[in-house]
Amino acid sequence: MLSAQAIARIDRELTKFPADQKQSAVIAALAIAQAEHGHLGTETMDFVAGYLGMAPVAVYEIATFYSMYRRKPGGRHCLRICTNLPCALSGAGEAAEHLKKKLGVGFGAITPDGTFSLEEGECFGACGDAPVVLHNERRMLIGMTPGRIDDLLAELAK
Amino acid sequence: MKSSVPPFATDAFGPDALIMKDLDGLNWRLADYQARGGYQALRKILAEKMTPATVIDELKKSALRGRGGAGFPTGLKWSFMPKNYTGQRYLVCNSDEGEPGTFKDRDILRYNPHIVIEGMAIGAYAMGISVGYNYIHGEIWDVYERFEEAIDEARAAGLLGDSILGSDFSFQLHAFHGFGAYICGEETALLESLEGKKGQPRFKPPFPASYGLYGKPTTINNTETFAAVPWIINNSGASFLAMGRPNNGGTKLFSVSGDVERPGNFEVRLGTPFATLLEMAGGMRGGRKLKACIPGGSSMPVLPADVMMATDMDYDSIAKAGSMLGSGAVIVMDETRCMVRCLERLSYFYQEESCGQCTPCREGTGWLYRTVHRIETGKGRPGDLDLLNSVADNIQGRTICALGDAAAMPVRAFIKHFRDEFQYHIDHRQCLVGALAAAA
Repeated sequence: MLSAQAIARIDRELTKFPADQKQSAVIAALAIAQAEHGHLGTETMDFVAGYLGMAPVAVYEIATFYSMYRRKPGGRHCLRICTNLPCALSGAGEAAEHLKKKLGVGFGAITPDGTFSLEEGECFGACGDAPVVLHNERRMLIGMTPGRIDDLLAELAK
Repeated sequence: MKSSVPPFATDAFGPDALIMKDLDGLNWRLADYQARGGYQALRKILAEKMTPATVIDELKKSALRGRGGAGFPTGLKWSFMPKNYTGQRYLVCNSDEGEPGTFKDRDILRYNPHIVIEGMAIGAYAMGISVGYNYIHGEIWDVYERFEEAIDEARAAGLLGDSILGSDFSFQLHAFHGFGAYICGEETALLESLEGKKGQPRFKPPFPASYGLYGKPTTINNTETFAAVPWIINNSGASFLAMGRPNNGGTKLFSVSGDVERPGNFEVRLGTPFATLLEMAGGMRGGRKLKACIPGGSSMPVLPADVMMATDMDYDSIAKAGSMLGSGAVIVMDETRCMVRCLERLSYFYQEESCGQCTPCREGTGWLYRTVHRIETGKGRPGDLDLLNSVADNIQGRTICALGDAAAMPVRAFIKHFRDEFQYHIDHRQCLVGALAAAA
């Protein structure tokens, strides 16, 4: 269900916790699984549950509680933009509108060609760099004015 | 200064910086930190075999208060760990920085990660702890990876791990990341999350010092709190206290965001006038007038311009002015901003982030948002302001954790200070700021 590299990464996470507390690695394990599959399907979550010795429902709870997990297939590139107050005061509203217009979809949707998903995010803790876009949960892009959004979309569409 | 584009000037964070002193954005590695005098405090403690009580005493003298939001005296917190407990105990650093407006821990961790590691190692020594975790906000992945690198560097140099610097003190430190849940910044929710569960806060008491991670005695401090510790050990608690004001020791990072020319982090002495901080951030954007400011993160009461301009930035002064210093997130709003719209966005955030455990918060935050939303969209009803205050009353103080209070306090304060604007929205079904601009 997961590649040997992904398993190795999960094993590395497991070394951080007491032997009888494997469940502590579940947040990292699901993030690793999502990075590999793009989303968390039931089979993936069940695999992680088995690997960590957890009840599947306890893993589903994690996947539904934390907002950066995706349980449905999304676009190849998930763009999440923070629109919270400090960002909104620095142009996040305009940036979000620009993204919607350029992609032709609203929040929570995938472009018809499957390249992009657009999500509305809550505070990333980077308000001084607003507007801020998170790409596939791992890469933070700062100062995302409409011009820089155009550059990003062109780069990712390649 | 644009804090995110290194290299920047080494005084970018302010002339009085202690934690962020001499940083250019690139010099974060162990060798750089040691060249700045890093790990001297830990070396001194181990070489002199300083007693844990002496370390904690120094912290008490420093009047260092928790930098995460609550402002609890750090030395006192460290003294709460049970003395004669022989089992495992844990140290946790709360870097789950998600309070809208706050972005200081991100800069500390990416530009000076070793100062946090050293502070944690000193804390571990003072409280007899052998294992620690740094819980890092899931959205700042590159910072998490850098912190892991820094841990590896410290371990390879014998500054973490078994028998640190040849002493009998051992401390294993690990990085942990969240994955998008504001509530995990609450310390007991964070512990649940570390245990691999939903981040739903625990009822207190018992406090983490008696029942923490895996049920063991645990101390949790904010990133910036740990980062202040090495300087205190090197220079004495009294010197740290003298950098600030009585009961408000030292310097503090303020994250300035919103309608200023140069948003960013500035580390200033506690007690610095707000006007000075605003100047460091380049003043108001476009030369516009200050209208309102939330001085301590989105959960704290908003203050109008005149009150803010007369306030000094320390815990006690801001409390006297009617708000709280909180995490030190200063959200600045200018005269063109509609206060109803601002509150609407914050209320949306709290209803989104309520963990759903306590009914008053789960239901109340949604109710607050829907009511502010209808006022903002011209569908407000005559009794809505009283309704908002009543819902806030029924949340505040009636929930397990402070998220309920955090949702209620902004609502009360926005209505208290800007009631006319809310009333105008309800009476005229349009925005007062917009109407005034159209008339001008």
